[in-house]
Amino acid sequence: MSELPNSLSSVVQALPPSAIRKFFDLANEMKGEVISLSIGEPDFVTPWAIREAGIYSLEVGHTHYSPNQGYIQVRQAIADYLKRKFALQYNPNDQIVVTVGGSEALDIAARALINPGDEVIIIEPCFVAYKATVSLAGGIPVVISTRPEDDFKLKPEDLEKAISPKTKYMILGYPCNPTGAVMDRQELSGIVDVLKKYPHVYILSDELYSELSYGPEPSVSISSFAEVHDRCIVVNGFSKSLAMTGWRIGYAAGPKPIIAAMNKIHQYCIMCSPTTSQYAIIEACLNGDKDIAEMQSEYNRRRRVILNGLSKAGLDCFEPMGAFYAFPSIKSTGLTSEEFCERFLMEKKVAIVPGTAFGECGQGHVRISYAASMQNITEAMRRLREFIQELNTIKGVQHE
Amino acid sequence: MFDRLELLHILERNARISSQELAVMLGAEEAEIIHELDQLHAENIILGYSTVINWSKTQRESVTAMIEIRITPQRNKGFDQIACQLFRYPQVTSCYLMSGGFDLMLIIEDSTLREVASFISDKVAPIEGVLSTSTHFILKKYKSNGIVFDSKPEDNRETIIL
Repeated sequence: MSELPNSLSSVVQALPPSAIRKFFDLANEMKGEVISLSIGEPDFVTPWAIREAGIYSLEVGHTHYSPNQGYIQVRQAIADYLKRKFALQYNPNDQIVVTVGGSEALDIAARALINPGDEVIIIEPCFVAYKATVSLAGGIPVVISTRPEDDFKLKPEDLEKAISPKTKYMILGYPCNPTGAVMDRQELSGIVDVLKKYPHVYILSDELYSELSYGPEPSVSISSFAEVHDRCIVVNGFSKSLAMTGWRIGYAAGPKPIIAAMNKIHQYCIMCSPTTSQYAIIEACLNGDKDIAEMQSEYNRRRRVILNGLSKAGLDCFEPMGAFYAFPSIKSTGLTSEEFCERFLMEKKVAIVPGTAFGECGQGHVRISYAASMQNITEAMRRLREFIQELNTIKGVQHE
Repeated sequence: MFDRLELLHILERNARISSQELAVMLGAEEAEIIHELDQLHAENIILGYSTVINWSKTQRESVTAMIEIRITPQRNKGFDQIACQLFRYPQVTSCYLMSGGFDLMLIIEDSTLREVASFISDKVAPIEGVLSTSTHFILKKYKSNGIVFDSKPEDNRETIIL
């Protein structure tokens, strides 16, 4: 097919392809022969009660459009859930929109907020869609690189340096994909102190992993701070906590005018999120707690097995307290992230993701997902130990 | 300190897991786990370890029967004495006191049809206080001890998802 460069949007053309495309292709070719610890979605299946709620809605013929914002009973269930779990108060009538996964919420928030040339602060390493949603909406991503010595948490002073009069909003994504970092109440309070000085900055808080934190305290939403509550847009859903990725359903909650603007875009582009999935998440909101707790405990056990495996293999890793990822340093091997992952894949048949896929500051790190069976994790960690030993042996020979 | 219930929960699903593995999963020292396991045995909380077997895939020809028994409770002893008398038979793998339309539920495993029949007529029915029995045979096990029979989990996710 001939190329038609002039026909395509210059914004889309300017979007860089994934930083690890080559690795991606390689890993996909080897599907079936490899152990994959490179998957950003749960290995569990959605709990039966939730699946059944979706199936029942089909059986009784709920196959039509819903109101654009989502059924009111769904928004009510979400509002109750947010209040119960995170002490967040949102009016289901005009402060919540049900979206097609958290991803759509990120996109329509960007389009609702950004005027051409507005800056948006992005904290890397981070989920790959953040930058793209901003660029596609005509915004300018301003990147803050977090550091391993800070456990990849955002430091208030770094945030303050990045804020300019053009800053429209910041995207806060904790618990973090890919690092597993979590920011607790005290750390968030430092961020809130900075934000209080800059009332023109909104906060888009991606809290998809909020149910998966492993510290003594449950996750804290920045929106629970009264000082910034009116500037926060919370994005959440059950994709990660109840293994519902394929249902493509999530939601945003925030100030009435912003939710109204987001809903305007949503109604033209999407109409409404899938009704089957809407019925399913009512069940998730009302009766999902036990399943969430069980999966969270299982992830926590795997997290400890991964950390133990990394330490035995001799790789440095700060203790990830959330999501289902570890983000160890592979700098001691002398390889780049891409080289490390490619060789680990080819030589040991284990797929993990180069840290650079999530921002340049991910160089020297790799993302290991523990959304995989304990058996696969244990075997992958054994192969990792072997791989590092072999690298060290070769290095030793070269030094002689 | 780790959660005792979580330890039990893990073992209930996988009794073959080593104390070393348990220590890693629970963020504890192996010595602590060993001590706790000893304690759980001593307190009669952990009573034994068994394996879930799909016998229908072996050459063994046997049945599993569930026997509902109605009895007259005995003065001062309630249902316990008859229950005791029944569960001592090795083929009785479970024995429960039930609420509802009958009193005791016995589960008999690893027996032939003939053996179950003679157990009921020779051992159960003649007991003084047994009013009636009603026996059900399991035709097919779909799920037992939380494990679904005849299902192999498959991972159909993409290789990489960011």
